[in-house]
Amino acid sequence: MHTAHTIAAIATPPGTGGMAVLRMSGPRAIEIAQQVFRPIKGRPVAQMPGYTAAYGHLMEGDKPLDDGILTVFRAPHSYTGEDVCEFSCHGGDYLSRRALAVLVAAGARPALPGEFTKRAFLMGKMDLTRAESVIELIEAEGEQALRLARSGREGRTERLVDGIARRLIDMAAALAAYADYPDEDLGETDPDDLSARIKQELNALKTLIAGYEAGQIVRRGVSTALVGRPNVGKSSLMNRLFGQRRSIVSDIPGTTRDVVEAEAFIGGLRFILADTAGLREGDDPIEQEGVALSYARMERADLILCIIDASEPLSEEDARLLELLRGRRVIVVLNKSDRPVCLTEQTLPHPPGPVVAVSAKTGEGLPALEEAMVDACALPGSADSMLLASQRQLSCVLRATEALQEAGEALSAGVTLDAVAVLLEGAIEPLLELTGRRVSEAVIDALFEKFCVGK
Amino acid sequence: MHIEAFDIAVIGAGHAGCEAAIAAARLGCRTALFTLNLDQLANLPCNPSIGGTAKAHMVFELDALGGVMPEVADANTIQSRMLNRGKGPAVQSLRVQCDRAGYHLDMKARIEREENLWLIQAEVVDIGLVDGAVAWVETALGVRYGAGAVIVATGTYLGGRIFVGDRVFPGGPDNAPPANRLAEALERLGLPLRRFKTGTPPRIDRRSVDFSQLERQPGEEPPLPFSVSALTGRTKGPRNIVECHLGYTNEETHQLIRENLERSAMYSGHIEGVGARYCPSIEDKIVRFADKTRHPLFVEPMGVDSGEIYLQGFSTSMPFELQIQMLRTIKGFEQARIMRPAYAIEYVCIDPLALRPSLEVRDIPGLYGAGQFNGTSGYEEAAAQGFMAGVNAARRHKGLPPVVLNRSESYIGLMIDDLTTKGCTEPYRMLTSRSEHRLLLRQDNTRTRLRHRAEEIGLVPDWRRQADAVYKKQLEAELNRLESTVLPPGDRLNALLVQKGTAPVSTGVRLSELLRRPELCYEDLAPVDTHRPPLPREVVMQAETEIRYAGYIRRQQEQADKQAKMENSSLMGIDFSAIKGLRIEARQKLMAHQPATLGQAARLPGVNPADLSVLAVYLHLKAQQNSRNKEDKT
Repeated sequence: MHTAHTIAAIATPPGTGGMAVLRMSGPRAIEIAQQVFRPIKGRPVAQMPGYTAAYGHLMEGDKPLDDGILTVFRAPHSYTGEDVCEFSCHGGDYLSRRALAVLVAAGARPALPGEFTKRAFLMGKMDLTRAESVIELIEAEGEQALRLARSGREGRTERLVDGIARRLIDMAAALAAYADYPDEDLGETDPDDLSARIKQELNALKTLIAGYEAGQIVRRGVSTALVGRPNVGKSSLMNRLFGQRRSIVSDIPGTTRDVVEAEAFIGGLRFILADTAGLREGDDPIEQEGVALSYARMERADLILCIIDASEPLSEEDARLLELLRGRRVIVVLNKSDRPVCLTEQTLPHPPGPVVAVSAKTGEGLPALEEAMVDACALPGSADSMLLASQRQLSCVLRATEALQEAGEALSAGVTLDAVAVLLEGAIEPLLELTGRRVSEAVIDALFEKFCVGK
Repeated sequence: MHIEAFDIAVIGAGHAGCEAAIAAARLGCRTALFTLNLDQLANLPCNPSIGGTAKAHMVFELDALGGVMPEVADANTIQSRMLNRGKGPAVQSLRVQCDRAGYHLDMKARIEREENLWLIQAEVVDIGLVDGAVAWVETALGVRYGAGAVIVATGTYLGGRIFVGDRVFPGGPDNAPPANRLAEALERLGLPLRRFKTGTPPRIDRRSVDFSQLERQPGEEPPLPFSVSALTGRTKGPRNIVECHLGYTNEETHQLIRENLERSAMYSGHIEGVGARYCPSIEDKIVRFADKTRHPLFVEPMGVDSGEIYLQGFSTSMPFELQIQMLRTIKGFEQARIMRPAYAIEYVCIDPLALRPSLEVRDIPGLYGAGQFNGTSGYEEAAAQGFMAGVNAARRHKGLPPVVLNRSESYIGLMIDDLTTKGCTEPYRMLTSRSEHRLLLRQDNTRTRLRHRAEEIGLVPDWRRQADAVYKKQLEAELNRLESTVLPPGDRLNALLVQKGTAPVSTGVRLSELLRRPELCYEDLAPVDTHRPPLPREVVMQAETEIRYAGYIRRQQEQADKQAKMENSSLMGIDFSAIKGLRIEARQKLMAHQPATLGQAARLPGVNPADLSVLAVYLHLKAQQNSRNKEDKT
């Protein structure tokens, strides 16, 4: 028997407890565990026999998220009869949901209420006494899912998803009319136009995914890099934001040679500030090492504060840096507003982000900068409505994106529109899954609403 | 007491009734086919055409399973076109114009030749039960016939009412008398009945139309058949001997309709029945799509020897004199004379949620429904249901389990599943967009796709089984050859590739890889594929499609297999009220709709994944208990 998806869920009841268990079941369970779990010693996950456990770290990217015990069950000797991995980690909703997000990002799909039990049944694994008690558990899970669905419905994300789904349905309806009513006067379906519209919705989906990433940022902190030429006042600004002296400040350019980190809470968000070595070409090998680190840090940052000395004309290095930062989430900070300035927001050519004038020395303009930093990390919807619901949504949105991408590729490869339509509907399905509609009815309704067809 | 006793009685000899009666008789049941008028048997009261998008797919499926519509349609085809060429293999559909009189006579002759089949002109007015199961039918002449099963295929005759403007009178199609007493009898049996509505355009005197003002629509050569029997020359094949034409409404037409809207039966509130969105009247189109400056009209001859012209797109329930005025605003129709008026018709049908997937009424053993009575529209939809109802009534008579086609293996299965699990709120027409598996359900693969079902049903003659076996062998060999043959790179091949606008190759390339390039087709490769065997056109078409769309087909097959797993978990005989853990809404939906499988339950609105899990667990527990009970007994 084949079950296409590998599913994952938090198996312990919600609420703060001493520990939480995440369960993952399906053909890719062990492969995914191998990706995200690093045992402290012993063999890699893929080689662990069934009914064995290992102590190690659950990795979020290249950082350990939590340490705990991974237990491997190999098909058919597991709860569901499929390959199953269970990860016992430290308790608490927040941590366990982040852990679930790791599994989802690695390819698992959040389980629907009762789905483990359904699989267990379909694999013939369910026995009498266990099944009795599981039914009640499913009931509870269903209620919880319902509550979440209700609260999510009011969110902005939900409306965005609905909008995308509606526009994709319109496209599918046009293709349906084109296929089912060949004789009607409907006008030709233009593949280029369709292609452009698919691209537009793909971008919308990607923006949504970026929104979820922004949500992730909130939870792990906004990694913020302060960059700029030497001696523009990065360290002074950091001290200002941090509220105490953390970086070494001096007038000698190149004082900061490694990356200095500090945390600041601004507008309810946690910013992990990183003061970097001044970016300039130089002879000092140690300083150059620091510059390399700065670049690396800049690459990884969620937010970049690009600091420019407003009391001097724009240097070539400044201009190059601003160009380099184009397309990133960046705030241009014109420092030293306490001095006579020769650079203002108006005189700066095509800044890559919002421009704020401050004086790190006097603190002038700091509230405006803090506001700009919070705005730059603005999230769709409230952070609360994005917790568990968002992981389900993310998974649906990712599936939709993949299918839509494929539809776009098929279209540009010249594949006939019947196959493109099927792929397009494959993209609509996961989006409608969030609202409980069915794709075929939605398309047919749109067809008759929009097109004058029929004898 | 009974003048005759039949195993199966079929009420109504339209496209559903004829298929049902022939299938039942050929499966060895003593069968009666009742009709109000022998001269209206297998009538085409609306379009004189068979097939079209998704409908053609069902005609091909009927041919694979042993139905008769495909052969009769082929023998009486007077124009043939393949729709959607170039839009992809899933949506390509054959549509033919038929000779209306010829179709009727041909079907009647076939029925008259069937050994176990009695054709009886009589109005059935009552259906009798004994111990809750169907036992007899009674005609308007007071005669009772014994019947082990009854198939209701009454079309628009059942409680029919005709509307032309403000004139309303009881009647079936083409001014036939309606079947009112049977509607009352069905109501007494407690069936959930309702009224649907449909309509038809006027028939026009061919001599009064100026065809020089219309666009010609000739048929396509060669005309292709639906049936393998015509394909192999066993029965008469399709011909292209008439032309259709295309005309358009204009602002003047629209203005006239807008000014007189309240005179349409549809808009004056006379009609209670629910109409279909895909079959709108011309007044409907003008109201709903006010920005369109013209609507196309298809001008189709009713037959080779008929002087009547059918005007598709001009269905209306306006008063007769207004119909004439409207018609005469159209270019080419300035002098047109109407021979039969357009009308709307309202009729009684059943809510198909009351049916099992076998098309048997849930609460009345032996009573089956088919065709428009089940809430559908269209000859092909009717024939397909008639066939399945005939087969299943016969199987019931023989003590065999019903045959239920899956939605992933056929449009017929999809239609019946939609009807019996989702129901319908308007007359149901098949569309390719209804199928989530449409890349699997193609015209070109019906012969291989439904072979095992044809075996199960047992209506396909020996010659056909042999022909299909040969076909399958040829197909598999060709697929294999295309996948395994490697062409070496060479000037000749590359010149061809460049000429077709696709990249040349520097290493050997499989024929299958070349076929997957959208710029190339099987025919294009003939000069370089020198060892190809001579093969029938149909084999080539299916092989080419399966290679070209292999990736998409494979994915759809995986989805279908997944669905099939749920379809195999039977819910028959489950008391949903006794299951702990179901939400109240889900329990009510399940009890009302009585899904036969877990898959059907999954498609019911109001049943969520948690409920499905509860059902799944319950099924498993029940299976365990059963096996335990068996152990106890032995």
